[in-house]
Amino acid sequence: MKELLSPGHTACPACCDTMIAKFTLRALGEDCIIISPTGCLEVTTSAFPTSSWNVPWIHSLFENAGAVASGIEAALKAMNKKEDTKVVVLAGDGGTLDIGIRSISGAFERGHDIIYICIDNEAYMNTGVQRSGATPFNATTTTSPSGKVSFGNPLPKKNMPAIMNAHGAPYVATATLAYPKDFMKKVKKAGSIEGPTYIHAHAPCTTGWGFDTSKTVEIGKLAVQTALWPLYEIENGTITSVKKVKNKKPVEEYLRMQKRFKHLFTKEGGEEEIAKIQKIADENIDIFGLQ
Amino acid sequence: MSITPGGICKPGTTISNKTGGWRNFRPIYDYDKCTKCKLCELLCPDMSVLEREDGYYDFDYDYCKGCGLCANECPVDAIEMILEEK
Repeated sequence: MKELLSPGHTACPACCDTMIAKFTLRALGEDCIIISPTGCLEVTTSAFPTSSWNVPWIHSLFENAGAVASGIEAALKAMNKKEDTKVVVLAGDGGTLDIGIRSISGAFERGHDIIYICIDNEAYMNTGVQRSGATPFNATTTTSPSGKVSFGNPLPKKNMPAIMNAHGAPYVATATLAYPKDFMKKVKKAGSIEGPTYIHAHAPCTTGWGFDTSKTVEIGKLAVQTALWPLYEIENGTITSVKKVKNKKPVEEYLRMQKRFKHLFTKEGGEEEIAKIQKIADENIDIFGLQ
Repeated sequence: MSITPGGICKPGTTISNKTGGWRNFRPIYDYDKCTKCKLCELLCPDMSVLEREDGYYDFDYDYCKGCGLCANECPVDAIEMILEEK
């Protein structure tokens, strides 16, 4: 098997971005074109004059990955070269939920045949862990620090899969690097469906979240097992599958392993804040029927 | 260094950057325990688990950054992380 992503990239040890890129390429094979807007994945795999990619790859700006993907797809179709070639965006959460959302919205509105994969590590890691629309409630980032008067990010996480589903996308799914086979199955499925498809992938970041590099997958699994990261597929507006959570774990088990939530265990009033996060998990169970 | 039109680079050329020097801990296989389940090979973010002819695996120390993910996830504890000594 030819490896489509080469080593020598400058990502941190146990980087979530490179894992998701590797799984995506294994799922889709050689016949794809990758678009990466600015972010860790782009920076670490394309230090000029080198590239880690063994498929056509282009760097777009933060704000125009959707437009660049649309243009590539439209050009392939105009030249009668589209055939089975997959046009795939691999973007971070900042490039997706905040800066890029306008061009993604346009691409999905026009119905281009693209696969959009959001690698959600829940903050702007590449520039130094600033808060994004994907940062979860009560997480510390450099722009939402916990301290005397704050428990960190005061805002809820933006529900991006719901936004993409509202565009009428034929396929929207959540996934995680912690279950690579499930992730690859979903990527393959997205590739088999005509039209714009969206996969939102949980991506634990060792540097930004503050945990030991060996724990990337363990933390990803805990997010699913605590119901903080529900795994589901939506086809043509209807939820068609969910991963059931057996023996649900308390959210403390997930939060305690990460420095970005450390203040919840050391600061007065932390227990009530953890209870609020537990409520988010409990609501996920009801919304998606996880049990 | 001149920049090519469009900033085009040749594929797979980051292999010139040997990242093995980043490593603090070195993964070592215990082949008596290994069941060839391939999980380490699938997960490795640095493509540093290489399949051998006999179906077992070797680490590529030229690129392994020593993150320890493989050792943490190995279902049969067949990978040990030992301190690098230079």
